[in-house]
Amino acid sequence: MSAHVSVSGLRVTVAAAEGGRAAIVDDVGFAIARGEVLALIGESGSGKTTIALAMMGYARQGCRIDGGQIRIGETDVLALSAAGLAGLRGGRVAYIPQSAAAAFNPAQRLMTQVTESARIHGLLDRAAAERKAIELFRALALPEPETLGERFPHQVSGGQLQRITAAMALISDPDLVILDEPTTALDVTTQIEVLRAFKSVVRERNTTAIYVSHDLAVVAQMADRIVVLRHGKMQEEAPTAQLLAAPAHPYTRALLAAFNPPVRAPDAPPEAAPLLEVRGLVAGYGPAGRDGMPALPVLHDVGFTIPRGSVLGVIGESGCGKSTLARVIAGLLPAARGNVKLDGAELPARVADRTRDQLRRVQIVFQSADTALNPARSVRDILARPLAFYHGLKGDAARKRVDALLDMVRLPASLAERPPGALSGGQKQRVNFARALAAEPELILCDEVTSALDAVVGAAVLDLLGELKRELGLSYLFISHDLSTVRSICDQVMILYFGRRLEYARSGAMLVRPMHPYSDLLIASVPEMRTGWLEGAAPAHEATVVRNAAGCTFAPRCAAAVPGLCDSTPPPLRQLSKGAEILCHLDEATLRHTQPDDRKTP
Amino acid sequence: MNAAMLRLIALRLALGLLTLAIVSALVFTATELLPGDVAEALLGQSATPQAVAGLRAALHLDQPAWKRFLIWAGGMLSGDPGRSLVNQLPVASLIGNRLPNSLKLAGLTACVTVPLALTLGITTAMWRGSRYDRIVATLIIGIVSVPEFLIASLAVMIFAVKLRWLPALAFRAGVQDFWTMLWLLAMPIGTLTLVGIGQMARMTRAALVTVLASSYIEMARLKGAGPIRIVLIHALPNALGPIVNAVALSTSFLLGGVIIVETIFNYPGLAKLMVDAVSTRDLPLVQACAMLFCGAYLSLVLIADVVAILANPRLRQR
Amino acid sequence: MRRLSPVAVVALLVILAWAVAAILAPLIAPFPPGRIVTRDTLADISARFPLGSDYLGRDMLSRVLHGARYTMGIALVSTTLACLMGVTLGLTAAARGGWFDMTASRILDAMISVPSLLAALVVVSSLGSSIPVLIGAAAVIYTPGAYRLSRAVAVNIAAMDFVTVARARGEGTLYIIAAEILPNMILPVLTDFGLRFVFVVLLLTGMSFLGLGIQPPAADWGTLVRENIEGLSYGAPAVIMPALAIATLTISVNALIDRIPGAGQGDSR
Ligand SMILES: Nc1ncnc2c1ncn2[C@@H]1O[C@H](COP(=O)(O)OP(=O)(O)OP(=O)(O)O)[C@@H](O)[C@H]1O
Ligand code: SF4
Ligand SMILES: [Mg+2]
Repeated sequence: MSAHVSVSGLRVTVAAAEGGRAAIVDDVGFAIARGEVLALIGESGSGKTTIALAMMGYARQGCRIDGGQIRIGETDVLALSAAGLAGLRGGRVAYIPQSAAAAFNPAQRLMTQVTESARIHGLLDRAAAERKAIELFRALALPEPETLGERFPHQVSGGQLQRITAAMALISDPDLVILDEPTTALDVTTQIEVLRAFKSVVRERNTTAIYVSHDLAVVAQMADRIVVLRHGKMQEEAPTAQLLAAPAHPYTRALLAAFNPPVRAPDAPPEAAPLLEVRGLVAGYGPAGRDGMPALPVLHDVGFTIPRGSVLGVIGESGCGKSTLARVIAGLLPAARGNVKLDGAELPARVADRTRDQLRRVQIVFQSADTALNPARSVRDILARPLAFYHGLKGDAARKRVDALLDMVRLPASLAERPPGALSGGQKQRVNFARALAAEPELILCDEVTSALDAVVGAAVLDLLGELKRELGLSYLFISHDLSTVRSICDQVMILYFGRRLEYARSGAMLVRPMHPYSDLLIASVPEMRTGWLEGAAPAHEATVVRNAAGCTFAPRCAAAVPGLCDSTPPPLRQLSKGAEILCHLDEATLRHTQPDDRKTP
Repeated sequence: MNAAMLRLIALRLALGLLTLAIVSALVFTATELLPGDVAEALLGQSATPQAVAGLRAALHLDQPAWKRFLIWAGGMLSGDPGRSLVNQLPVASLIGNRLPNSLKLAGLTACVTVPLALTLGITTAMWRGSRYDRIVATLIIGIVSVPEFLIASLAVMIFAVKLRWLPALAFRAGVQDFWTMLWLLAMPIGTLTLVGIGQMARMTRAALVTVLASSYIEMARLKGAGPIRIVLIHALPNALGPIVNAVALSTSFLLGGVIIVETIFNYPGLAKLMVDAVSTRDLPLVQACAMLFCGAYLSLVLIADVVAILANPRLRQR
Repeated sequence: MRRLSPVAVVALLVILAWAVAAILAPLIAPFPPGRIVTRDTLADISARFPLGSDYLGRDMLSRVLHGARYTMGIALVSTTLACLMGVTLGLTAAARGGWFDMTASRILDAMISVPSLLAALVVVSSLGSSIPVLIGAAAVIYTPGAYRLSRAVAVNIAAMDFVTVARARGEGTLYIIAAEILPNMILPVLTDFGLRFVFVVLLLTGMSFLGLGIQPPAADWGTLVRENIEGLSYGAPAVIMPALAIATLTISVNALIDRIPGAGQGDSR
């Protein structure tokens, strides 16, 4: 089989800060047969998107394609004129971007944008293009395919918009489709629908595609072959099954290992004395009404206990109120109802009313180390402040302590004089953590502390967190949207949906069915690191993000919902025999019936 | 038009009115800052007691400040801003005589400046980073850095004195012919255009560049759309709101220019009236002119806000 | 810090040269600025009068050098006052929020909608024109712009996680402003200072040109242009030189700001 697309010796450079040019993609080459899907995988900055865009002869501002050859069919892409490239783009090579929400023009109807490339390239007349778009909408399992095109981008959900980008790319029957992290911005339960839709149209139309992602498990579902990239260079290229089963390159092995962090046995028995007790928490944003309820309620009746020395995981999709919970506990957002007790003593709702000692005992660490560290101050200043503030440490004592803290988070003391801008992402997150440790806290609220990091770096930070917990007897409230991360470090898990605690269980019991229907959907949606998982996964419900005010919040998406009951009556709290509490109308036996355990659990 | 838009527009309108109220209070306070007795200070030491007493009554100086403000604001609203302190004529008629001249100048200037500035702004945004863009940017920095009177003086020196193409005085009584009027006004309009164009073009470019940097523009390029299509079909409709706002805000610069230009070219417009009133410290006239200018500017900004709301597709389509 | 471009270096040198000229004017000016030294009025450039003479026969070089003191001195004081008031108010509004932010923003936004020259005219019509009045008026007129910029920058910084961490630590408003927010605002505030300085220079020279600014015998560059305007028709250096002085100063400041990476554009005069 002769190669349909071939790339050799590709080199892309950017203007370097010291003058001259630095390569961000160097000597990359691969070939793709017709109908094959090739994945480019690597962490952020590895040059994935740069390669993908170079396939269209396109380089972002400041970048330049400096060498190599790209052939698509008979066309030498890099030899094309500007007009030739315009003819290629959108016609023979189509692009599906990472963020559909940003890639659609807010001022135009969807149909106009979906059919644009076909019309620009004169491939189809308007009526034919619209017919074809509707056909593609249907193939992508979009609702109301006939009239969907009349809407504007802000009138459809994120997952739907992402699927519409596929229609936009496929309208011109391209020779090559480039999918650039098309599901990275989505929640897992949305991602699975989008993946399924993509996969079926790609297979059905025998599309040749390049799939760019940082997520090996997702790639395993979509690609025939995988190219592993690092720092702009190719590390390994192999058929998907082979790469997963027998990774040759050490970096590939590290990637695979980071995917499934080892699950630690719970260190602290839940019987230990409670450190933090939260009861009946109600909180939100906006001005409070006459009944004291905020205009935009986010958390509803949330309660839990964190025993000393243990870790509670909080899982939920974007916007479910995870960060809000951390803000309430930290005293940044006063709750409307409910109370928070630290070591049996009630914590005042506001920072301003808490004693310095109460403040010291609870520290918060944020997701994005980029904005969590003041760029205008050195690492030493950043770490010295809590030492002075809580412990009155100054001068030489403070210096020594800062060095000790850096050592604690496994950073060399030589980093202390640098500004945060001169640190890598992983190093920043360690400094971020050291600042919390400087207070000598008992509880640390960790808000997505590894989410912004690459898998391998994130795994190392996670290891550090575990070690420090054991060494210093810390407790964590560990917020994440990623199940495997939570499972690897937490003793208990709480699952939030629209601010309600739908399930609360020991970490070990989390994967044990029966479980709450939402937990079931969540767990079933996480891609597994094996080919063919997508085909076997249970069909998900269309993710209509509607809040059901009257009955169960989850009812609009629940496969097991009982009509007439779930949508009108709030569900009761139930105990399951595995030792979990759930909010659901169904009892354990019925749930077991709706969740047969024949599906393989990860 | 829908409820959300109407609500937004009503909100803008209310805010505009509130701003106008604050501005009128500011203008009133600023003209009341004089320590001691305003009447005596204005008339000087040689004034007769009768004259001082008359002025005191005319200025309602026997009343407390807040009452004077209400009397003054009421007069403004009912179209009677009082009488000139200098020649006792009603301020309303003084302004009425000058208003048409100023409107003429403003209208003609707008007809030249706005299209020119938009063209410059749009083309520099389209070819941003090009030599053309850099040259225009440099020229604009030059223009906005130079005082208006310098531009006007240079124009007089070149076109009226050296070349003798244009008249140094911009007004002749009884001119009806449009072309003659244009010939007379060519230099004031040219000066004002130079004064206004820099900021307007710069802000238009900034608004468009923001839109051109968005992902959907990159996406359109990757669909094979050409530069013209990208700017006209994809970028402009989304930049319309900010551009209209930029144009309205830039008129603030023009207002400063008008004051200088009318003085230099001896053009009997409102700004000249105001400058003369300032030299003679004719407070009621100054106040009325200031309120008129601020009111006009605020209305422009308000209109731009409403246009921006109407142009926003997210609000238009619910 | 990246290296400055050649244009920026030239601009910086011009600004420094004018600053030095203003400071040293009494020492380096060949004549007292008010003394009539020649019968030859509005004279051309000569060895004795490098910038010619003015309409009364005074030495233009001396007058331009002394004019620099007025123009730059008043502008510097007004701009400093405006930025101090604007930044203080802006930071307080951003850090405290609530009613303070609302009231301050409403009033100062209303002030911005009065064109600056107009506002200056209104003040002068009531208080007359003296140097303290001009300084005060310019400072008040440009405070809202400085406020708006520093508030916007500070609000963005205050929303960053490191400020939230400081709040959660229990830090007071003063510490948060001084140690967390302010150090990150220096560049935008400095460039804003430059822009505002240009606006003030343009405003002051404009007022002087209208005869409503600095009153004789004191003379800033705007006054120099005005009093010698009759020399315009034959291009006397007495008109051109002070005009050039204004233009070189303002263009240099603007060009310097324009070359600073990450510097913002001005909003309104
Ligand atoms: N300051 C605010 N004002 C108003 N609404 C807010 C504010 N902050 C958050 N929200 C809303 O509250 C809800 C919960 O937000 P929160 O940040 O707690 O979610 P999250 O679970 O942390 O999401 P993510 O995973 O994306 O971080 C969201 O709907 C969000 O839009
Ligand atoms: S209460 Fe009803 S809708 Fe809600 S999770 Fe249980 S079965 Fe589903
Ligand atoms: Mg969050």
